[in-house]
Amino acid sequence: MKHLKAINKKALRIEQHVAAAHGDIHALQQPGGPSPAAKPHYPVGCSIVFSPGWEVDSAGGTAGLCQPAERDLYDCYVTCFWPAQVPDHYNNYPDWTSKCASATKDWRNIDLVFP
Amino acid sequence: MTSAVTPLSLAEFHQFQTGEVNFVYLVPSGGVFAISPAARQAIDLLREQPLPADELLTALSGKGHTPAEAQEAITDLFEARAIRDPRGHQETPQEPVENFPLQSLVMNLTNQCNLSCQYCYEFGEDKVATPEGKPKFMSEEVAKASVDHLLLSSQGRRAIHITFFGGETLMNFPMLKWVVGYATEKAAEAGQYIDFSLTTNGTLLSPEIIDFLVEHSIGVTVSMDGPKEMHDKLRVYSNGKGSYDILAPKVKQLIQKHSTRPIAARVTLTQQVISVKEIFHHLKNEFGFAEVGFAPVTAAPDRLYTIGTNNMDRIFAEFKELAAEYRDHAISGRMHGFSNVSDTLAEIHAGINKSHPCGAGLGLVGVGPSGDIAPCHRFVDSDEHALGSVLDGGMDKAKQKAFLDKGHIGAKFDCHSCFARPLCAGGCHHEAFVRYGDTGHPNLHFCDWIRGWTDLCLNIYGEIAVKNPSFLDHFDSRKPLQ
Repeated sequence: MKHLKAINKKALRIEQHVAAAHGDIHALQQPGGPSPAAKPHYPVGCSIVFSPGWEVDSAGGTAGLCQPAERDLYDCYVTCFWPAQVPDHYNNYPDWTSKCASATKDWRNIDLVFP
Repeated sequence: MTSAVTPLSLAEFHQFQTGEVNFVYLVPSGGVFAISPAARQAIDLLREQPLPADELLTALSGKGHTPAEAQEAITDLFEARAIRDPRGHQETPQEPVENFPLQSLVMNLTNQCNLSCQYCYEFGEDKVATPEGKPKFMSEEVAKASVDHLLLSSQGRRAIHITFFGGETLMNFPMLKWVVGYATEKAAEAGQYIDFSLTTNGTLLSPEIIDFLVEHSIGVTVSMDGPKEMHDKLRVYSNGKGSYDILAPKVKQLIQKHSTRPIAARVTLTQQVISVKEIFHHLKNEFGFAEVGFAPVTAAPDRLYTIGTNNMDRIFAEFKELAAEYRDHAISGRMHGFSNVSDTLAEIHAGINKSHPCGAGLGLVGVGPSGDIAPCHRFVDSDEHALGSVLDGGMDKAKQKAFLDKGHIGAKFDCHSCFARPLCAGGCHHEAFVRYGDTGHPNLHFCDWIRGWTDLCLNIYGEIAVKNPSFLDHFDSRKPLQ
């Protein structure tokens, strides 16, 4: 906010709330990705993420799905869909995918973990 | 005219100004923002009349702002909910969760007192207590059950607190000592941090008691009404003799020796005792209290000591002058000690938006010598207001809910258009009961005063934020509710 400057703590929270509504949530297919100000961006929560899961497209393959199939890995990891099957992002392995900037290209960089 | 478009209008906020800087205090959120000249002009335009967004944009652009800048100002105001369209929803504070963990327990260790202050809410003409046939001193059984109740009801909280109260608290000092030992041990077992404080009239302090208070870092608030001639008007023994000469040397000794916690004075203002500045400087400079707080006596309107309207105005004028001293201290980075200001600034700084005027019956309860649980210390020993017993099942959830529903800001229609409601929430339950016979009644007799006070403190807050913002860091560690 340029014209309103937060002074007290509640105002800071309002500012963050408004900023989050601008920068953090955007359609996955939207070109350009999240705004430059946004932090590493993962959609979280079942109401804002469309996840194809193990579905197939109309041709019986995965190529036509709106997200690459590798995206599933992130759903299991980041949003803890299957926290027992992959390292969990929330508590124990926040950096597990740090070498994997793009799942479709860099998935080989994701290694096993030994708890 | 674009009549099909819904016009924008002002939402609820209170505007104030420090030098060149304009601020808004948003209601009900409690956010304080400094606003740009463009945002200020947008507000001025909407104050004249509601306008559709495009007309507001045109009008604001006409005042020397680029359309992009004007649009930004409007968007910012809209997103912070300082302006709204008619479809905008009204927010109300959330209902408290059903199992709100207890934080503070006020233990009235005795309902007996060695003084006979005429205005006392426990013994005076407007008392709500019904102590007949009940124990006069808290027994070890009740004290233990009270502490156990606190520990059981505060699960999930890291820090908990016990305040000792009376009657005159120190008339049951043996029990105070016992509770400090027992509660410290039990809290440690539960992994909780506990601290203690007490309120006393000061007349029974002794070197041994002072040593104990110092050793256990027990916070002390002394009820005192100022210099001798004012203090002795109403704070008297049963034979009518004033208590000042008895307590003064003892309290001075307490302040001298007690370095582990700041010692506070708590002054009751009455029709006879209203010289706020003089009282403050006496207690601050002559005694060395770290903080001095004032509250008007709670009494029916026709009592001799009830403060009349003219004197409430005079008190406000003195509060204003003393608050200006506080402000000047704060701007130069010094503590002042007028706790009415610091308490309000702490709440403004956090931006709290209260569902209830205080924590009574929610995060705080009182327990009397009988073991009955009361919403706070002021209702202890009152059959009508009891919310259960620590000896028999603890809190009665149905009674607690009824009390809280009554006191909720949503139930106080008079408050719904008042900008001070995030901080006031209708005012003290006990004051309401004494004045109106209903704990959920807004304290309408204080409304103008409270609005004036809130505006004054917002101005001071704004000025400190402009001239010495780092001073506000002091409030980060303070509890929003006391």
